[in-house]
Amino acid sequence: MNDAAVSEDAPRINYLTNGFSVKSWLLSVDHKRIGILYLIAMTCFFALGAVAAGLFRLELATAEADVLANDTYNKLFTAHGIIMVFFFLIPAVPGVLGNFLVPIMIGAKDVAFPRLNLASWYIYMAGGLTTLGAIMLGGIDTGWTFYTPYSSVYADSNVIMAGTGVFITGFSSILTGLNFIVTIHKMRAPGMTWMRLPLFIWAQYATSIINVLGTPVLAITLLLVVFERGLGFGIFDPARGGDPVLYQHLFWFYSHPAVYIMILPGFGVVSEVIACFSRKRIYGYEFVAFSSLAIAGIGFFVWGHHMFVSSQSEYAALIFSALTFLVGIPTAIKIFNWTATLYKGSVVLSAPMLYTLGFIGLFLVGGMTGLFLATMATNVHLTDTYFVVAHFHYVMVGGMMMAWLAGLHFWWPKMFGKLYNEFWAKVGAAVIFFGFNFTFFPQFIAGNMGMPRRYHVYDLDYQPFQMLSTAGAFLMGTGLLICLITLVMSLITGKKCGRNPFHATGLEWNKADSPPDTHNFTEPVNVDVEAYDYTDERIYRDA
Amino acid sequence: MSHATSDHAHKPYQQHHFESMQQQTQSTLLGIWLFMAQEILFFGGLFAAYTIYRILHPAAWEAGAASQNLLLGTINTIVLIGSSLSIVLAVHAARHADKAKVLKFFSLTLFLGLVFFGIKYVEYSAKWDHHMIPGIRWDDHHALHTLQQHAHAGQHLEELPSGIQLYYSLYFVMTGMHALHMIIGFGLAFWIMAKTAKGCFNEEYYPHIEYFGIYWHFVDVVWIFLFPLLYLV
Amino acid sequence: MNTAVKTSPDVASDYAQSVDALYAYLLGVSVFFTVAIVAVIIFFTIRYQRRKADEVPEPTKDGKLLEILGSVIPFILVMIMFFWGAKLYFDARLPPKDAIEILVTGKQWMWKVQHPNGKREINDLHVPVGTPIKLTMTSEDVIHSYFLPSFRKKMDVLPGKYTQLWFLPEEEGEHHIFCAEYCGTEHSLMIGKLHIVSPEAYEAWLSTGGAVSTVAAGDDPVLAGKTLFEANCTVCHSGMPGAIGPNILGAFGTERQLESGESILMDENYVKNSMLNPNEHIAKGYPAAMTSFKGTLNNTQMGQIIQYLKSAAE
Repeated sequence: MNDAAVSEDAPRINYLTNGFSVKSWLLSVDHKRIGILYLIAMTCFFALGAVAAGLFRLELATAEADVLANDTYNKLFTAHGIIMVFFFLIPAVPGVLGNFLVPIMIGAKDVAFPRLNLASWYIYMAGGLTTLGAIMLGGIDTGWTFYTPYSSVYADSNVIMAGTGVFITGFSSILTGLNFIVTIHKMRAPGMTWMRLPLFIWAQYATSIINVLGTPVLAITLLLVVFERGLGFGIFDPARGGDPVLYQHLFWFYSHPAVYIMILPGFGVVSEVIACFSRKRIYGYEFVAFSSLAIAGIGFFVWGHHMFVSSQSEYAALIFSALTFLVGIPTAIKIFNWTATLYKGSVVLSAPMLYTLGFIGLFLVGGMTGLFLATMATNVHLTDTYFVVAHFHYVMVGGMMMAWLAGLHFWWPKMFGKLYNEFWAKVGAAVIFFGFNFTFFPQFIAGNMGMPRRYHVYDLDYQPFQMLSTAGAFLMGTGLLICLITLVMSLITGKKCGRNPFHATGLEWNKADSPPDTHNFTEPVNVDVEAYDYTDERIYRDA
Repeated sequence: MSHATSDHAHKPYQQHHFESMQQQTQSTLLGIWLFMAQEILFFGGLFAAYTIYRILHPAAWEAGAASQNLLLGTINTIVLIGSSLSIVLAVHAARHADKAKVLKFFSLTLFLGLVFFGIKYVEYSAKWDHHMIPGIRWDDHHALHTLQQHAHAGQHLEELPSGIQLYYSLYFVMTGMHALHMIIGFGLAFWIMAKTAKGCFNEEYYPHIEYFGIYWHFVDVVWIFLFPLLYLV
Repeated sequence: MNTAVKTSPDVASDYAQSVDALYAYLLGVSVFFTVAIVAVIIFFTIRYQRRKADEVPEPTKDGKLLEILGSVIPFILVMIMFFWGAKLYFDARLPPKDAIEILVTGKQWMWKVQHPNGKREINDLHVPVGTPIKLTMTSEDVIHSYFLPSFRKKMDVLPGKYTQLWFLPEEEGEHHIFCAEYCGTEHSLMIGKLHIVSPEAYEAWLSTGGAVSTVAAGDDPVLAGKTLFEANCTVCHSGMPGAIGPNILGAFGTERQLESGESILMDENYVKNSMLNPNEHIAKGYPAAMTSFKGTLNNTQMGQIIQYLKSAAE
């Protein structure tokens, strides 16, 4: 501890200043640096996905084909879907915030397997670049769902390469999930009992379970598609006796739980932000914690609701419908509890809080419209229409992306030790919120009117809604740019902040510096308080 | 810095981010079991496809299984069980820090693995000769002829049963994935043997050997499932 | 924007109306809860906004009441949705015995329809008002989905198996037919019109040209070829607006310009080769979008089409 005296005047070495070479980043096993690597890579993927969306939104502004050829349009929406789902939505919160925060929040020096963690990032990049290669070298036009036999026999595009890319990336999710489960089980600091864990950790834990158990099924399924297409094996192709509906079962067995892989970490973020900006313990902590596990569990048994018109048996559909409604209950509990947390709180509408409240509003709409799709008779009408497109964007973008931005703004000062411009951050949040609603709300109406998804040209009846949607998309894009500029500017001109600028509870705010030390903590960590104890005066000392 | 505050001495093989050796051991063991869980789900997708197609095309499955060489399959099963036993003995030797024995039993495991591949090669090449590899080398006429020759007594095949290509596709994917896991196992085994030879392990620290044992047993168990499903039905 | 923007789908049957009633219930519950929760959140954020920087609110004790109400009330509401939705779904599952059966085949990117008397049409579907219609559907290639939004009905159309969709047209009119399952490049052109006409008009429609299409193949190769042409080639090759292939009616025996810059005589061999290997010679100015008819048409049928093309050029 003899360097303690030195640190009085010289700034302490933190994880950001611990080496500046490219190698010190690319070979770092520090979970915080790996989190930043994910942040950079993922932002690039997100930008590409957003550009693809902007292009086909432009095309869809009018009913005729006027900007893009049909083939280009198909390749763009496929690229958008694959990039956003596999390279943004799934890894965003676990890869960036999870990596950065899970060890710090539980009082550990690192994740259980730091080298494996770095390997996960490389696997993610390898998969991402392979998929990107497939998109650049001619593209892929199957939609992100890779439905057979179109993908395995008929499509004339880079299915094998893209499928391989997604397959590779799957192992990144599996290994990250495995790492987090072990870390949360075995690496907690003394006194950090399960019931003292922040809800963000509970959410990461539930997500990781789905990652470890669901992703391998997607992996083998995509591998079978690659074999069928590349080697001519008969697996799903009816011409060889195969059943294309089996593909859908295997695909959705992973891809429905994947929805929870995307949204559960968002739930975790929302719990942290609401607690901090209303200075209250999350109402019904245990219910919120266990509802994450309940969602993860039941979520494995609802996949068939994607297939009500696929020719699966009506009785299977009946069971899937019932279970889908059940999964809505724990979700409803979470929303009620977040709302109740605000009651008699001390509420501040900071930028992360605006994103979070935006999340609740949009996720509510997403969840409610989910009921329309869980109901069998209405599902038959609405499935494969724009209603579904709007529904899952309300959940994935309105829910997950808003939560991700909430989390990014919330922990930004912790990650980089700098405060961003609060005014512009709020403007960004507001523009994104309104732009989002402009983009996707009209699609509910178009969908109920019968407009099928993935249409390049369409009936004039739907044009007003599509025009609104396109206008909204560009508004939303503007909001995202404001957000990006605000955050990047903060690194250059932002005011330095202390350990706990928001006076939040949690080890990351109270025991770690901003930005944290390479080993996270400079003193031994012992937990002696419950989660979200906002009456603990120690949290108000440092800013 | 935080090291200075720890009141216990670090063993050289304890990684700095763990507080104690016990924590490290428990963590890696849990990690290995979780990895096995995902492996089960990975093969689970294949078993699901197998089950559904077998229900849809029972005749193809019967004819396909009858065409397999039961003798070679049985020998291979015994060979793999032998290799698993050999790994058990290697782990036992590691517990007593008997470096020579560890290396000996690892070699034996690898040798048995090679025997397995040799037999597998004979089986695969027979399929190649009979034009029974879907998509790559398949001929209805040849395939039918081979199936008729191997059909069980009292069973007469007029034409190829529907879904026969599915059976062979799944046969190759499942045994192929199993073989891939064995090849990965070979790589791991060489690495561990090198570490053993360098003297990285002692009687209280030999996790790599133990975990390799778990992995190899898993690969063995997959075969124990594949063998009856593909050869016996 | 004009004031005539439509915001709800056409209602073409009682079933559609009952689905809409369920939809209205779902909408009511959704709007109520969304508005209520958002209102409460807005109220709380204003009422309990932080007034002093060092303000620390009293902790609220967790109560079980909210959790119980928060589980039970949604549970009851969603169970109503579940049973209502399932009942409608099962009630409408089986087609009535007296339904007219019409065969529908999906093929990238068209709907091929055959009526009970053998009359065929492409993409469009003519049905008489007042009689249940049962569509028996299959696909020649990838998965499609037959979607009748005005009837709130949809069913996937799969290769290698048959699926069914039935509906009861209750009023004369025209409605959309869409392919709802993404099926490749021209997915969005795999659309048609449902024409609901009076039974008399349907009968009349069936017999116009019906005599032609019900002629057994071989009786008159030109007529048989015409039927086959109309079933397989018309959409792209008869000069319809927006067609993706060249108009070949009347082109037989002429020199055709190719994308490669060469030209080729349109004779028997060329036509047949184009059906089997469509992408070997691409017509100038058109995409390589045609798929092979190998296995779909036999030699005789290809011969009949060639005879028809010959006669059309005379």
